[in-house]
Amino acid sequence: MTALLEVADVCKYFPIGRRRLFGAAPPSVRAVDGVSLSVERGETLGLVGETGCGKSTLARCMTRLYDLTAGRVTFDGTDISALSRAELRPLRREMQVMFQDPYGSLNPRRRVGSIIGDPFAIHDVADGEERKHRVQELMELVGLNPEHYNRFPAEFSGGQRQRIGIARALALKPKLVVCDEPVSALDVSIQAQIINLLAELQEQLQLTYVFITHDLSVVRHVSDRIAVMYLGKIVEVADTEDLHEHTRHPYTRALLSAVPVADPDALAGRERVVLRGDLPSPAAPPSGCRFHPRCPKARELCLTDDPELAEHAPGHQVACHFPLADGELLTLSKPMIDDLAPDLTFDPTAAEEGTS
Amino acid sequence: MSGNIKTELSKRDPDPAVPEATELEGESRIQGRSPARLAWERLRRDRAAMVSFVVIVLIALVAIGAPLVATLVGHGPNDQYRDIGLTPQGLPKPPSRTFLLGTDDLGRDLLVRIAYGSRISLLVGVVSTLISVVFGVVVGVVAGYLGGRVDTVIALVIDVVLSIPFLLAGIAIVSIVGPSLTVTIIVIAFFSWSSIARIVRGQVLSIREREYVEAARSLGASDWRIMFVDVLPNVLAPVIVYTTLLIPLAIVSEATLSFLGLGVPAPTATWGGMLDGSLQYYRVAWWYLLFPGLALLITTLAFNIFGDGVRDAFDPRTDRLFAAETTTDAGDGK
Amino acid sequence: MIRFLVRRALRALLVIWLITLVLFGMFFVAPSNVAQTLGGRQATPETIALINQRLGLDRPLWQQYLSFVGGALRGDLGYDYYKQIPVTSIIADALPKTASIAFGAAVIWMLLGVTNGVLSAVRPRTFVDRGLTALSLFFYSMPTFLLGLLLLYYLYFQLTLAGIRIFPAGGYVDLTTSPLGWLQHMILPWITVALVSAAAYTRLTRTSMLEVLGEDYIRTARSKGISERRVVVRHGLRSALSPVVTQFGIDVATLLGGVIITETVFSIDGIGRTAIVAIDQQDQPVIIGIVLLGTVAVVVANILVDIGYAVLDPRVRLT
Repeated sequence: MTALLEVADVCKYFPIGRRRLFGAAPPSVRAVDGVSLSVERGETLGLVGETGCGKSTLARCMTRLYDLTAGRVTFDGTDISALSRAELRPLRREMQVMFQDPYGSLNPRRRVGSIIGDPFAIHDVADGEERKHRVQELMELVGLNPEHYNRFPAEFSGGQRQRIGIARALALKPKLVVCDEPVSALDVSIQAQIINLLAELQEQLQLTYVFITHDLSVVRHVSDRIAVMYLGKIVEVADTEDLHEHTRHPYTRALLSAVPVADPDALAGRERVVLRGDLPSPAAPPSGCRFHPRCPKARELCLTDDPELAEHAPGHQVACHFPLADGELLTLSKPMIDDLAPDLTFDPTAAEEGTS
Repeated sequence: MSGNIKTELSKRDPDPAVPEATELEGESRIQGRSPARLAWERLRRDRAAMVSFVVIVLIALVAIGAPLVATLVGHGPNDQYRDIGLTPQGLPKPPSRTFLLGTDDLGRDLLVRIAYGSRISLLVGVVSTLISVVFGVVVGVVAGYLGGRVDTVIALVIDVVLSIPFLLAGIAIVSIVGPSLTVTIIVIAFFSWSSIARIVRGQVLSIREREYVEAARSLGASDWRIMFVDVLPNVLAPVIVYTTLLIPLAIVSEATLSFLGLGVPAPTATWGGMLDGSLQYYRVAWWYLLFPGLALLITTLAFNIFGDGVRDAFDPRTDRLFAAETTTDAGDGK
Repeated sequence: MIRFLVRRALRALLVIWLITLVLFGMFFVAPSNVAQTLGGRQATPETIALINQRLGLDRPLWQQYLSFVGGALRGDLGYDYYKQIPVTSIIADALPKTASIAFGAAVIWMLLGVTNGVLSAVRPRTFVDRGLTALSLFFYSMPTFLLGLLLLYYLYFQLTLAGIRIFPAGGYVDLTTSPLGWLQHMILPWITVALVSAAAYTRLTRTSMLEVLGEDYIRTARSKGISERRVVVRHGLRSALSPVVTQFGIDVATLLGGVIITETVFSIDGIGRTAIVAIDQQDQPVIIGIVLLGTVAVVVANILVDIGYAVLDPRVRLT
């Protein structure tokens, strides 16, 4: 069966600075630089990465809120890469976005019923009494009191506002919902509620989710598969458990090692990998493999060749020249590159003391 | 799907008076308090603003009832009483029982003329402001939201209009086409819309980046829908404030033009025109200067105080001077 | 920074050019019977045609426009229709009077407005504040010409009646002829123009200062032990002044209007008065010259405002 959403070599560059009058194209921020993914029907694909790695941009490319600089996006068999806004409009009923900021994603001057009813109005689906009816149904579905139909967003809590956002996204029974950090702005206890709600709704309405977050503990809980993103590229894709048990990419290993665990014994037994340095600027990504300046296993090849995302095992893709084996300890590796800049030397004691 | 929806809350609610969701006709029983509603309530508590509002209403009543005033006193606004209304030397007469506020240099009853003058002032003030606000808001929203070349062109036009000195150009225009009520309104409106457009445009530029605008786009809303359903309500607050402050400016502009003889032409009674007349006679007829001047001043003052109140109502701060200060709605303990 | 200035200057030039187009369009669309007026009532059609030709009014519009612009760029604004005096010299004659009023008033209102605004802001809700606010509101609502009339009545007329002849009824004395006379004649016009604007600036400064004084960094400055005076002036005023500076740029346009009225009330032959006379006589070159001058003044003022902004607020320099 064809995947619901297919992303092929999508690039999104944002030009910075003024357009030069002569010659060279201006430098751009390469937010998404050649990403290929597929999302199967009914699954939840988790998309993780640091802030600034391009996840949100990718989400907007997937739903065509941005125009693509390059690449192709296919939704339910239709190539939507180059469609105009008018052509996209009917498709908007099928794919929806849930936004991160519960305070910014709702118009403060509109009543909640009107906000949720927007999809019905925009696509001419229901009017008047019927619309109100369906809005109230939705409100109940997401756990809100339908009598609050006439209230303003300011009168709701953060968690409730996210529920409003969910209701709005689900109004027209879409197939795909891209959740852009839906719980990052909420208190932890509320996060659990919302995530459970999303899971329930997925089962009830047969939804497919792309779940974007930087919170690894959350993503493990909700996703079937996880894609790890770094500086505009996908570095690893695998089933959730597979990713955790058989981590292949050094970056993924470092990320996972940073997830807080409540059990001190388990924590002690786990390898703690601390990466040096900061995320490089997406306007000037490192040559070859983008991760090489921070990678404990970097070799000459990594300096020159950007690894492709390749299938390492069934259902498990990695973009690395020297993927990790099971049980391999990253902290014992040293980068082996000649003519290294001084700050690239790997310090094994950094694992205990941390970087400056 | 018809039928009753039992809300979770209503199942657990001991109070059976909670209605079914489907029983709610029209508006829900629970009415959200919109920002406008909240602002209105704050305004009501502002004593100075309420007083000035009453004054404005009174002036409006005088304007509407000007013919009544004329009938009561028995003098028309343009009737010249050269015999009983002027001194033997042909100069205006001071306030008396016949002419409650005195007469002007043509023997006309000042009281009646001031009443009729209020019509012009209010009419021009309100109408020209409304025109400029509507036009300015639409232009500002379109320019701010659509951006690109449309915005560049519109921003340039706004700059050009704002750079032209109002009075100078206004006088020039009027002198070409000839003064009249319509011309006055149009000229004043023409020079006012640009300042509103600039403000609105600025607001829209920042609103455009908000997430709820992006959400609307993700739902498939068209640009026009976004502009007028999502963006517009969020710019209305400063627009309303600016409108209440624009009205007194328009009134003063009309008075100034009439003062220079380029507003509403004689013999129509206008406060500015009367003051123009008083320029030659103030040495001998202080009432000719004082009463129209007072009328103008009080009107403008009332609008300004009210406008201040409106602004404070939309943007409450702790530095309001004349308002009754209550922190909660729970009664006034004073 | 330089790029910013260059862009602003280019845009300003564009605005000015567009205005010349608008002006030309406005004035030459209207039927003009200047030739008729000049020739007198008995003028024959031939005379009128001759006059038109001499004034250059019979040429096609675009030609007249181009020659105007060409001349303007060289500093020649044409000649007035009636006496054939160069427009530039008419303006040059009238300018000192207007400038005296304008600059004097501007200085007064800025000083008055800002100081009062600051005073109000640092003692909110006290008697001083309430008094100043009430006064500001009062004068802000007063139309300029009304204020001029009232000043004439009370400070000139009543005082003169009482034997105190300080203020004249109007007119102008050149600074070089008699500084005291100049001052004497300028005071009432200055007050007329300045008081209304001072009121506006008091309110503006007060609001802006109050907002700034509530900011966290002011609280930090105070907690560092810096004297209140320094906190207010060095830290607070700097940010609070930006809306004031912006307003000033806009106000240059209104200033010209205020000056017109004042010159009328006090019978001073400045630019405003000259403009009104010219409009009355349909003396187009003079009208265009003056309006153009006014517009250029506004545009220049706005550029200066932008520069002032950049000086006051370092963040602007980076954009």
